[in-house]
Amino acid sequence: MKSEKRAKPKIGVFKFASCDGCQLTLLDAEEDLLAVAQAVEIAYFPEASRRMRKGPFDIALVEGSITTHHDAQRIHQIRRASKLLVTIGACATSGGIQALRNWQDAGEMARVVYARPSYISTLKLSTPIAEHVEVDYELRGCPIQKGQLLELLSALLAGRKPNVPTYSVCVECKRRGSVCVMVAQGIPCLGPVTQAGCGAICPAYNRGCYGCFGPMESPNTTALSDHFRILGQTPTQIQHAWRGMNAWAWEFRKASEEVKVP
Amino acid sequence: MKTRRVIHVPVLARVEGEGGLYIRVQGGRVMDVKLNIYEPPRFFEAFLRGRSWQEAPDIVARICGICPIAYQMSCVQAMEQIFGLTVDPMVRLLRRLIYCGEWIESHTLHVGMLHAPDFLGYDDSLAMAKDHPQFVQDVLALKKTGNDLMGLLGGREIHPVSLCVGGFYRAPTRRQLQAMVGPLERARDLALRLLRRVAAFDFPDFNLDYEFVALSHPSEYAITEGRIVSNRGLNIPVTAYEDHFIEQHVAHSNALHSIRRQGGSYLVGPLARFNLNFAQLGEELSKLAQECGVSPPCRNPFRSIIVRMLETLFACEEALRLIACYEPPERPCVDVTPRAGIGTACTEAPRGLIYHRYQVDENGNILAAKIVPPTSQNQKQIEEDLRRVVDGMIDKSEAEITWRSEQAVRNYDPCISCATHFLKLHLERS
Ligand code: SF4
Ligand code: SF4
Repeated sequence: MKSEKRAKPKIGVFKFASCDGCQLTLLDAEEDLLAVAQAVEIAYFPEASRRMRKGPFDIALVEGSITTHHDAQRIHQIRRASKLLVTIGACATSGGIQALRNWQDAGEMARVVYARPSYISTLKLSTPIAEHVEVDYELRGCPIQKGQLLELLSALLAGRKPNVPTYSVCVECKRRGSVCVMVAQGIPCLGPVTQAGCGAICPAYNRGCYGCFGPMESPNTTALSDHFRILGQTPTQIQHAWRGMNAWAWEFRKASEEVKVP
Repeated sequence: MKTRRVIHVPVLARVEGEGGLYIRVQGGRVMDVKLNIYEPPRFFEAFLRGRSWQEAPDIVARICGICPIAYQMSCVQAMEQIFGLTVDPMVRLLRRLIYCGEWIESHTLHVGMLHAPDFLGYDDSLAMAKDHPQFVQDVLALKKTGNDLMGLLGGREIHPVSLCVGGFYRAPTRRQLQAMVGPLERARDLALRLLRRVAAFDFPDFNLDYEFVALSHPSEYAITEGRIVSNRGLNIPVTAYEDHFIEQHVAHSNALHSIRRQGGSYLVGPLARFNLNFAQLGEELSKLAQECGVSPPCRNPFRSIIVRMLETLFACEEALRLIACYEPPERPCVDVTPRAGIGTACTEAPRGLIYHRYQVDENGNILAAKIVPPTSQNQKQIEEDLRRVVDGMIDKSEAEITWRSEQAVRNYDPCISCATHFLKLHLERS
């Protein structure tokens, strides 16, 4: 009995700067949640349980980006205590929406005075987990997609490679049978350069993709910026399109900095 | 007898976000209570500056994955006020409908997975599932219906993509909504069963004289709009919010405390709404509430779990009513011509009143933003509750005090991720 319990892989869920949406995805897996809970030991998940076990962990699911000195140290402890470390969601994989502050003008920040500046301590940049420790797998999205999370967990439990495609949202749009919003209506859409996974939700809801799954493998961002210009977007609009939930992801960041804003 | 004790819970469990608890007792009296919030600030209002009105709803959603609709809805309504827009009545209906989905999802998560384990003596709902499988299955099924409703209207349940200034990017057909009727009817039955279950929990005898603050609307149980009222005579339009409430920045917290301008804490959330808008729940639900041991004024925050489930049941019924009235709008979204101005909006997030203010330039680009989430407003009240709770059980064991204190915090379903992102608001120019 006891040894059987031991054999269950131990999972920890850890949070850094984030909105909690990605870990909520785990609780939102209503139909599968109890099955997951049977297959693994959820040893550390403060948002769901009062019982907090110490490591080591077989799998650490890490949500959120690094924005404080304390967190920059904490992620190393988690890495040391975990066999596999998986980052979940745009905050963890790219620095998240809060990475927008990475472009804030330091001079302006300095001129502005907090009511109680000494009470807060943060780093200048919001950075992805992979800039601090080695990451074994990542799940994209803001938030991550439930099906991808379950696929990843079952693959890791079975010891196989997770099937997480790296092609673009366009492929999913075609599969879903959506009419291309960019071709048909001239709506700017990041679908051609954004990694699949969501199932192409936005075009199905009559709007352009805003890139919440981050850059696909080798995206042609320059061509898309050019196309947005042809569609009548201003340089600021184009720059802002790249600076969303994955602004600090290298390909999007580069694309945003290439835009000449007068 | 030990005269000096410190109770320290470094990581508060089963709350959304990262917080801790610190209580110092000396000579049989509570000397200090602190709800530490160390969730790192994310500075939303700093990077909202310069962004366009069109992008704002998707950006502010990311403040909280548990109540994104509350953020999006407050944002689009504040922008619509600036641009002088009136939305189609059916758009208004759809907004109330998706908000019902968020109430069902968020309330059920809290009642079943975060709060109930306190009352039944478990570490978490998964451990509870062994002894109370029906309860946990009901919770999961009910929560799923809330999520499905949000998914249908919003594209997905966390950070929906369909809401925009002026309406929706796409409105559903009648048939699409009809598909939710069966599940919502089942959800209503589940909510009723769960309501009776939680009403039978043991509640400590604990009552405080709160100032309850909530939106109130002449013709409906307020969710998306109304005036701000309290049981102490406050009755103001949303535009006057900042004349009556201010925020304080305290050392132990990365969140701002919000208090009444005359000083003093107040309470927002299900208990406030229930006490202030009770009659609008309708006759049947009012009767049911009394049967379940809550009637206004309910001043026992531990009983908020009952009120939360009652509101969930209300949201299921309201969703069914709204679906029956629905006709697709001629156009899902009105045309927007931006203009400069300041706009404010309040809605009732699952955890209580949320306030947004935006100032934009003539192109609709944001110059300033201020967002006050429910948890910042409740934080001071939570600390006052804790002081009283611990005072009343000072001779009990540390484990008991800790357990009860955590439960008292969870009475508020505090969303710490929400509460932390507003530090930049507190700037003063030197
Ligand atoms: S990636 Fe998006 S959904 Fe996930 S935690 Fe970050 S902000 Fe929330
Ligand atoms: S279409 Fe793009 S923005 Fe929309 S959900 Fe998918 S990846 Fe995210």
